[in-house]
Amino acid sequence: MTINALLLDEKDNVVTCVKEVKAGEEVVYQAEAGIKTVTAMEDIPYCHKVALVDLCEGDKAIKYGEMIGQVSHAVAKGCWVNENNIFSVPRDYDSELV
Amino acid sequence: MKFWGYRRAEGRAGIRNHVLILPSCVCGSESARIVASQVRGAVNIVFNTGCSDVQANTDMSQKVLTGFACNPNVYGVVIIGLGCETVGHRELREKIQKMTSKPVVSFGIQEEGGTLKTIEKAVRAAREMAAEAAMQPKELFDISNLLLGIECGGSDATSGLASNPAVGELSDLLVDMGASTMMSESIEWIGGEHVVAKRAATPEIHNQIIEVCRAYEEHLKAAGQDCRAGQPTPGNKKGGLSTLDEKSLGCIRKGGTRPIVEVLEQAQRPTKNGAMVMDTAGFDISSVTSMVAGGCNAIIFTTGRGTPTGNAIVPVLKVTANERTFKMMDDNMDVDLSPIIRGEKTFREMGKEMLKDIEDMCNGRMTKAETYGFSDIAVDHVCRFV
Repeated sequence: MTINALLLDEKDNVVTCVKEVKAGEEVVYQAEAGIKTVTAMEDIPYCHKVALVDLCEGDKAIKYGEMIGQVSHAVAKGCWVNENNIFSVPRDYDSELV
Repeated sequence: MKFWGYRRAEGRAGIRNHVLILPSCVCGSESARIVASQVRGAVNIVFNTGCSDVQANTDMSQKVLTGFACNPNVYGVVIIGLGCETVGHRELREKIQKMTSKPVVSFGIQEEGGTLKTIEKAVRAAREMAAEAAMQPKELFDISNLLLGIECGGSDATSGLASNPAVGELSDLLVDMGASTMMSESIEWIGGEHVVAKRAATPEIHNQIIEVCRAYEEHLKAAGQDCRAGQPTPGNKKGGLSTLDEKSLGCIRKGGTRPIVEVLEQAQRPTKNGAMVMDTAGFDISSVTSMVAGGCNAIIFTTGRGTPTGNAIVPVLKVTANERTFKMMDDNMDVDLSPIIRGEKTFREMGKEMLKDIEDMCNGRMTKAETYGFSDIAVDHVCRFV
């Protein structure tokens, strides 16, 4: 089975498609445990992200093993994750000091 | 892993043995170019400042000039000054001589009586130095002598997905073998600075990393600029980067995951071995200039859209995971990482494979930019010219 998406870290709940994927097609990626798949529920453009699990409002979208944004509108498993459903949480440098 | 390099009296071994023709100000740059073109084994830089500048910029220029002279890839230095620049050739030479025992000579165009007389003397001096340099035998060094700078430029969506993670893996492998690596471009940590800070070896270093980002934002704010404005760009979003965090997280992957043992100012020489970060601009040429001045032996440079950049003193190894760029810009690209994007290999596998490219480069294999003799330089301006 040919891979068409990349998992950047085992903790991630999104993968990035490295080919355009049409709704109904399988998103195929390599994880440590082997090849995994998720069915795309909508069209996913090249280099865009697809949710591996149902993401609820307030959840964290994780890529590179880190939070890339907070979910503003729920994204179902297999749907397109983009700037319309996740947002950057502004950080406060003071709170980051140890 | 070991490499054949050049022993230096101070610090790390060199992987090249250049005679550096170094202008102390813009007015010496053309003469320096002519001298280097006359002597095989000599390289020159084009320096665009050194006069009519505020103290902060003069300090930055001096850090770059002295740092270039002390770089382990440099065998000896021929300085060409004018005579009325802010820091004259003699003063610059004395500064360098306090930092290193390598051969350093200097000439001033005004006191020598013009361009041709200066060039004649400088060519003779450079010729002697190049002849001596050619006699220096290579010795076998452990890879722990290597300080590799890590840079990205002309990025696209493949950078954060493939080439940066692969170079991050390479960095981890090198650090585990005792080598040192340096990631810079602090402005591009913003949004992911908490992740860079998590790698800090001590709480002090953790806070230094956060403060570097805060200071950068405040510096721009003082000039009425906002570094977050328009980030990510509409093009970034279309390319799949939804938030600033996602963009920065892709960028910082190139530095790997090992503990950060030191936070350096621009062009500052490290005192430790291991993974390090340097506070530089995101402008790639300026960032490379500062890392070379800090003593990096070589630069690994990830790109998506492709770039020709090279440095006079150190080899710049260009890697891309964009298949089209690798094919279209074959004249400039050194390593093809596109198998990661095609799912044929993982970034970890390709990171490990690049150890061979690093070993070959250290042993003398020229990068494409090096074969062309490229000598890009950009000295960061801390404040405007006067």
